[in-house]
Amino acid sequence: MTLQDLTTPCSPTWCPGCGNLAIWAAFKNAAAYENWNSGNTALVAGIGCHGHIVNFVKITSFEGLHGRALPVACGLKMFKPELNVFVFTGDGDCFGEGGNHFVHACRRNHNITLILHDNGLYALTTGQTSPLSPRGFKTKSTPQGNPDEPINPLALAVTSGATFVARAYAGDIPKLTEIIIEANKHQGFALIDVLQPCVTFNKQFTHQFFQENTYYLDDSYDPTNKFTAFEKSHEFGLKQIPLGVFYKSNEPSYESQLHKHTSSTSEKDLSTLFKSYT
Amino acid sequence: MSSTVFSIKIGGEAGQGVKSAGLMLAKFATGSGNNIYNYIEYPSLIRGGHNVMQINISQEKVTGPFLKCDFLIALNQDTINKHSKELTDDAGVLYDSGKKYDLSKINGSVLQFPIPLSKIVKEAGGADLLSNTVASGAAVGVLGGNIKGLVNLIEEEFKDKGNDLAQLNAAAAQAGYEYAIKNFPERLKTILKSSDTLSSPAPQMVLNGNEACALGAISAGLDFAAIYPMSPISGILAVLAQNQEKYGYIYKQPEDEISAINMCIGASFGGARSLTATSGGGFCLMTEGYGLAGITETPLVIVEGMRGGPATGIPTWSEQGDLRMILHAHQGEFPRIILAPGDAKEAFELTMEAFNLAEIYQTPVVILIDKNICDNDQNFDLFDISNYQTDHGKLSNDNSKEYFRYKLEPNGISLRAFAGSGQFFIANSDEHNEIGYSTEEIEMRNLQMQKRMKKLETCAEKHMEKPQIFGPKEADLTIVSWGSNKGPILEALKNFANVNYLHLTWINPFPAREISLALKNSKKLLNIECNFSAQMGALIKEKTGIEIAENFLKYNGRPFFVEEITEKINSILKGKTT
Repeated sequence: MTLQDLTTPCSPTWCPGCGNLAIWAAFKNAAAYENWNSGNTALVAGIGCHGHIVNFVKITSFEGLHGRALPVACGLKMFKPELNVFVFTGDGDCFGEGGNHFVHACRRNHNITLILHDNGLYALTTGQTSPLSPRGFKTKSTPQGNPDEPINPLALAVTSGATFVARAYAGDIPKLTEIIIEANKHQGFALIDVLQPCVTFNKQFTHQFFQENTYYLDDSYDPTNKFTAFEKSHEFGLKQIPLGVFYKSNEPSYESQLHKHTSSTSEKDLSTLFKSYT
Repeated sequence: MSSTVFSIKIGGEAGQGVKSAGLMLAKFATGSGNNIYNYIEYPSLIRGGHNVMQINISQEKVTGPFLKCDFLIALNQDTINKHSKELTDDAGVLYDSGKKYDLSKINGSVLQFPIPLSKIVKEAGGADLLSNTVASGAAVGVLGGNIKGLVNLIEEEFKDKGNDLAQLNAAAAQAGYEYAIKNFPERLKTILKSSDTLSSPAPQMVLNGNEACALGAISAGLDFAAIYPMSPISGILAVLAQNQEKYGYIYKQPEDEISAINMCIGASFGGARSLTATSGGGFCLMTEGYGLAGITETPLVIVEGMRGGPATGIPTWSEQGDLRMILHAHQGEFPRIILAPGDAKEAFELTMEAFNLAEIYQTPVVILIDKNICDNDQNFDLFDISNYQTDHGKLSNDNSKEYFRYKLEPNGISLRAFAGSGQFFIANSDEHNEIGYSTEEIEMRNLQMQKRMKKLETCAEKHMEKPQIFGPKEADLTIVSWGSNKGPILEALKNFANVNYLHLTWINPFPAREISLALKNSKKLLNIECNFSAQMGALIKEKTGIEIAENFLKYNGRPFFVEEITEKINSILKGKTT
């Protein structure tokens, strides 16, 4: 498989310099490398700028409703556990409307990979605050500054039961490609929080800001400890934004606990069931 | 009046085993060749409150609840207070003689059967909870039944719960029976004839609509169900959860109804036959998923069990107030198929049919039932599915060519493929072109809308069934109704040779022409519904132009009782339109 095989007739509609372009490139790199195609993989997206990605990758996909990508993906994965299932979602999509689904998908440890397009605001609706926007952040809906404490997606995932929790920066395409592949290989719920500039509406979290203030966790960091992962997920400041795998553990995935599916009705002897009501 | 129906009521607090005793008596009655219809009332509580189950028994088919009571089993004072006025002149009442109840409300002509239930329980070595079993045994004695049949049922019922519990219950029933026949040799009536006096009856299933929907789904080859608990449909998930490993499908309890419907859509995207179920409140949360299935053309079966709304409303009582919601819920327009069974057997059959229709038309199908169908037991011959043909609709299996998931077809139906099949497509909640890519172009929008809506016309042509007419072809009065009202209406019709009933099961598409034909020559019309604004009556007017002036409406959560319908018919036939 080549990148050409993944190309669709649609040209990306994102703004020049948008982090989505980099996430798109990294995902296609990973798909080409791992031979993900419409026979072994399915993509599910929510609604927001991120959701347009399904038009630009030639792998069978489902573009669902705002906030509801996860339950569609969970239903698909439970029924077809042999498929690689990727969820593309934004910070508003996943933690505004979709917050409940996120917590429960984590705790059930579905064997799916969630790629969080985290630009810190609502972009498709032209720049309002999101559940991940920092306190004091000025947007169209918070001109006086956001009064709410933001959700910490990594900490929430760790405490909710996700078993693979990572952060990446969209601008580092080779590293993001690697993390996407590693997340998919992980047996269980994998979150990749991708820091992604919105070049049009977010003047605070720019490419330059992320390039200057992020660093990669090194070998001295132990990603198997839930408590240090929780602690590490709270580190966020100037020159202090860690990237890499924060947490990884081997718990049984939801799908590994499912019983065998019987596809044919003729295999189902119904007369004994009916007789149990006599 | 249908004097051939003998109506037993057993009442007590929640937690006293009213339902299990009632079901046991119902199965006992059918086992001895009778027919039954159970009607249960309970509050939204686990302990306390007032629970009552009515077991209507007849040699003929019996299909509805009655106001009258021929035999009352009172497990507490409240039951005597609330139901004494319903007792017929020659009724009987059975109660715990050790409890010093106030019996002043019981009419003097009513036969009393004081039985020391608690004392017998103690002697049998059981806890007070077993009073219901002693009372059942005593009732079998008073009503001329053979206790062996009840003991067999108890042993069967408790076989998974351990030998001790089975023996304790069997002994309690036996002791109650013996006390009754010793102390009340003049039996009330031989209603529960012992089976050896009858030629062996065909085995009868005793089940409610929830169980029937679940069995229908399993029979139709269910692959995936996600259902969030809610009264009155929780019985569906209980059956599905219990049988999932044996029958090889997945049942999942999701975090909410939004997740339920989206999980089902996800599984259907992968090729599953998917089911969700809820009541009106849960359906409100499913509304956005309803249209998502519509525009992505994803098959899905939804059971909606109506209860009294709005909001929490009267959660354990029945209503038919969601008809318009199911017809119109969701922004914009998409094809939806809506079927409304009138009893458990219809619920079974239409659920099976719904899975075919969902896949043939690649769109959501709603089974619209009400709490009375969900909860009320009735007996039926063993379900027979030998005529059922699974139809997965038109599928694309050709991986060699470019695939058009939403290809424009004259009948609206494109070839379907599943995620993972290797055929590329986008199931897109945005308007899309034939492959599934998002589009806002005028022409494609128009064509895709027309294609989707065309499916309803195709369905009306190929699959829609005519409404059933019960009773004489020519009648002085034609009743129109739907859902669980079918039962009490048919029961009331036994008293009239000149009244017929038009039973509506296809709500969308709507068989307007057939309904119009059936109604336009009727002498008098009566529309019966459990809602405030005669929603079906208004739909009939919208679709046929026929206005049914006479409505009989009820929205207090209770079903129509046979006596109420009989009285209404009488008043109309006598020309007194109220």
